[in-house]
Amino acid sequence: MDTSIISSYLPLFAEAFILTVKIGWIGIGLSLLLGITDAFILYFRIPILSGIVKAYVELFRNTPLLVQLFFLYYGLPAVGIRISAEVCGAIGLGLLGGSYMTESIRSGLEAVPAIQTESSFALGMNRIQAFVLVIVPQAFSISVPAIIANIIFLLKETSVFSAISLMDLMFTAKDLIGLYYNTTESLFLLVIFYILMLLPVSLAGSYIEKRARFKMFGD
Amino acid sequence: MSEEILKIEHLYKRYDDIPVLEDISLTVKKGETVVIVGPSGCGKSTFLRCINGLEDIQDGHVYLEDALINPASGESVQNRQRIGMVFQSYDLFPHKTVLENVILAPMKVQKRKKEDATEEALALLDRVGLSARKDSYPRQLSGGQKQRVAIVRALMMHPEVLLFDEVTAALDPEMVREVLDVILDLARNNSTMLIVTHEMAFARAIADRVLFLDGGHIIEDTDPGQFFDSPGTDRAKKFLQTFEYESVR
Repeated sequence: MDTSIISSYLPLFAEAFILTVKIGWIGIGLSLLLGITDAFILYFRIPILSGIVKAYVELFRNTPLLVQLFFLYYGLPAVGIRISAEVCGAIGLGLLGGSYMTESIRSGLEAVPAIQTESSFALGMNRIQAFVLVIVPQAFSISVPAIIANIIFLLKETSVFSAISLMDLMFTAKDLIGLYYNTTESLFLLVIFYILMLLPVSLAGSYIEKRARFKMFGD
Repeated sequence: MSEEILKIEHLYKRYDDIPVLEDISLTVKKGETVVIVGPSGCGKSTFLRCINGLEDIQDGHVYLEDALINPASGESVQNRQRIGMVFQSYDLFPHKTVLENVILAPMKVQKRKKEDATEEALALLDRVGLSARKDSYPRQLSGGQKQRVAIVRALMMHPEVLLFDEVTAALDPEMVREVLDVILDLARNNSTMLIVTHEMAFARAIADRVLFLDGGHIIEDTDPGQFFDSPGTDRAKKFLQTFEYESVR
């Protein structure tokens, strides 16, 4: 392994890293927004909207991100909608992630026993108070591990962005290998930067998980 | 001890097609302690849940003074805070400390100041011997302690009627006493209470009136001495015999 090659590639990878992290986290933000909204719709069994949410979840959970990105990037221009690769990546990731987040958050809400709502009612709380003050905080503790697993999964899924010519980490590595055949150095940097992206999330995740669980179940 | 406070008129409750309560009418006076007994599945718990509107009813009315509680309307949700309920499984909020559990509803529902609610909470917790545990989480308490906190939580709303749904059924025998003592104390202070229990000695000690429920009907409605010594019906006799054991020696 040639360290001079590594140091000359470093700026390119750093640039790709910033782009990947940026689009990745925008996508995750979107997925959380979608997931929270959809989970509330399902939890309160809002007519019509519940049906739409269920269809959405099944559609996006059961198709690969690559296919979804192709649809957004190559399919939408056919109907006159043209969006940049970056926006495509963020929206695609947000839609895929939203379907996973919906299920994680919904299952957390439903895991809180119904009697918690009833005892809130018995104290004179209305539906919204019971939900916000009693159900959501408990559901959050239950959902945290699944949400963090989703975030890590989504960040790794960014590796298919290269298929819509987004210059992410994967694209950069493949590009450099294609140009200069320095496979070892390129792959080494690729692994390092993915770890750099994911390890902090993983560590922060276990910390939050522990805190949330302490509050809920104690240790 | 004469004013009527709770009035139930011709209450019918079905789960799907299965009748649970049929044509129940009952009037409870202020300060009265009514104990409801009966075999499991006779509808005792459902009856209490209907009284504070946790269950929809198919027919009839539940009034607290002049306020209609069930069938529920927007207003009855407001009025529900006037009826306190304590459940068999305590159902404290696990993510909140004892003190937070107790002051949450007074602050959010009655919009009381935190300092006021806390002051009253500490006094009540002290009364049930738990002021030292105010910062504990429910999981750190024993069953009996949890249930005493649940009673304080209900009392904090200053309910006009208290409903107790088998509050000692999930407790170890030595913890039953500490919870029942709290309820006895409430009875001495003339609280209006409806109590579902299987503790017959307690029922006899606390009741002004005993209701025997079976098959969705009130079979007997009488004073405790009469009920426990010479029940009027065979069904009640049979029920009371299940609490006695014949010596094998």
